[in-house]
Amino acid sequence: MSAHLEVEGVSKAFGGLRALSLCSLSVEKGSIAGLIGPNGSGKTTLFNVITGYVRPDAGTVALGGTPITSARPDEVFALGLGRTFQLTRIFARLTVLENMLVATQRKEGWLRSVARPAASSAEQRRAIELLDFVGLTRLASARAGTLSYGQRKLLELAYVLVADPSVILLDEPAGGVNPTLINEIRERILALNSEGKTFLVVEHNMEFVMGLCHTVTVMHQGSAIVTGTPDAVRSDPRVLDAYLGGGEEQDDDVAVG
Amino acid sequence: MSARRESGGAASPDAPAVPLGGSGRRRAAIGTAWIAFAAALIVFPVVFSNPTVTTIGVFTLVYMTSATAWNGFAGFSGYVPLGHAVFFGVGGYTLALVALHLKMAGGYAMFALVPLGGVAAAVIAVPFGLIALRTRRHTFVVITIAVFFIVQLLAFNLGFTQGSSGVQIPTPLWTAATFNDRFYYAALIVLALAVLVVWGIRRSRFGLQLLAIRDDEDRARGLGVKVQRVKLVGFVLSGVTVGMAGGIYAFFVGQVYPQFAFDPLFDVTVALMAFFGGLGTISGPLLGALLLEPIQQYLTLQYSVGSLYLIIYGALFLVVILAMPRGVIPTAGEYLQMRRARRVERADGRSPAATPSVEVAPLGRASR
Repeated sequence: MSAHLEVEGVSKAFGGLRALSLCSLSVEKGSIAGLIGPNGSGKTTLFNVITGYVRPDAGTVALGGTPITSARPDEVFALGLGRTFQLTRIFARLTVLENMLVATQRKEGWLRSVARPAASSAEQRRAIELLDFVGLTRLASARAGTLSYGQRKLLELAYVLVADPSVILLDEPAGGVNPTLINEIRERILALNSEGKTFLVVEHNMEFVMGLCHTVTVMHQGSAIVTGTPDAVRSDPRVLDAYLGGGEEQDDDVAVG
Repeated sequence: MSARRESGGAASPDAPAVPLGGSGRRRAAIGTAWIAFAAALIVFPVVFSNPTVTTIGVFTLVYMTSATAWNGFAGFSGYVPLGHAVFFGVGGYTLALVALHLKMAGGYAMFALVPLGGVAAAVIAVPFGLIALRTRRHTFVVITIAVFFIVQLLAFNLGFTQGSSGVQIPTPLWTAATFNDRFYYAALIVLALAVLVVWGIRRSRFGLQLLAIRDDEDRARGLGVKVQRVKLVGFVLSGVTVGMAGGIYAFFVGQVYPQFAFDPLFDVTVALMAFFGGLGTISGPLLGALLLEPIQQYLTLQYSVGSLYLIIYGALFLVVILAMPRGVIPTAGEYLQMRRARRVERADGRSPAATPSVEVAPLGRASR
């Protein structure tokens, strides 16, 4: 076991707002790590920094020893780090299958990409396999915009898997989803984890986090204050402090751009 | 359920990733329509040999090409450029200036300069795209308009463009009876090229990436799409094709002036044609140009009031926005599908074996 995703002293300010201050975090290879904290504690900003959407003012991010601090989102994804968004983001006017194919990675120049068809039969097969895995195959030719909220969550998980990432960041996978589907999502995460995939999960549903994660990190005012097993974190006085006292209520859904 | 879902373009392994047709019979019908359409365009100057009519024909083909090429970028990527007149003018000026400096006599050799116009458009499109494509939505539109006016101003003021007096292009010494036909077929070849390029883009992986950018650019970035490169390539390909259309246009008209080669109305017209027919479809811009350009030419010739068509355009634009905001082709396609679905439902109702699958029907319809 070694740290696969390593965040070291990351800071980020938006104007006068310090979204992250000297935040450090490491996720072991093959583990499911949870990230919790009150609204505005910087969880989503940290995700944006890790995936290259936001450039940090200070600090480093490394994936499997490779620094990715200044990599663009497409490069981060190609290196094997996939991510879902808090509010699901799918390509609404494309079909479910086409959504999957967008995430297919190929090393080819622009001329080849213009000349070659959108997907080889192998790539389509792979996409269908993953749709099978999340149970959306029968909707493969439906427009993604017609899917329900829960189905969108599953689609987002499925197309992140297309590129076979080693680490998957999930931003509130259980948010706004009914209990049956929450269980389904949990099972998928566990199945993928048993294949060796590493997860970092932001979630407000404590039952979900505590039941799923091997380690949990608590964020407060832009830094990680406690990391430990779910049981240890639950009984840590600093955590109660963070949730009950101090810290202004802010929307931590910082726009990506 | 299965029958209805399959007709919506089921995911058979060899189906194109972007479903173009649907069931086999429908695809065959669409193929036949395309062949008939191409044949009609080919025989048109033979049937209507009146020079006035073929003149309108040439202009219409040039606009069909431009609208198709514009839509190949705007319709797929969701970025709406209003500066493609830059490429149109650059294509025309390239042809005129090269012919001037090589002291060419007007002849078939002049058509060889048309691809050169495309190359010149590409040379302009790369820096233009690199700057404009850093912005999005409204800002992008404004930047493209600004670049357009800068280029028009340059055409007025640079020495080698000969300012507002423009450049004369040598007129070929062809017989009047078939004079227009050669331009017509040259324009038709460029149009065929434009349609092939857009059709190819739509089937390609590159096209899928453009469509993903249209729906959610940041999400596409997070799935490994190199968005800047994809947008730039789309922009340049579109500019090259418009540049070639501009070359044909200039050669046919016989001269280039800054205010006509770089005409702000060009972009409004081309965008309207694409919106009218259906943004992001292949047949839409063709249909839009095929209807609007002859109307404009006819009104100009008939009433010798050059700007009457602008009023008509404005009115048409309002009608399209109000009645069919997504354009004629998508709206008509939806209407046909709804009728077919209703027919299927009626058939279901009559046959005692079939149980009406209430919860499936709306989904099947919505997935088109």
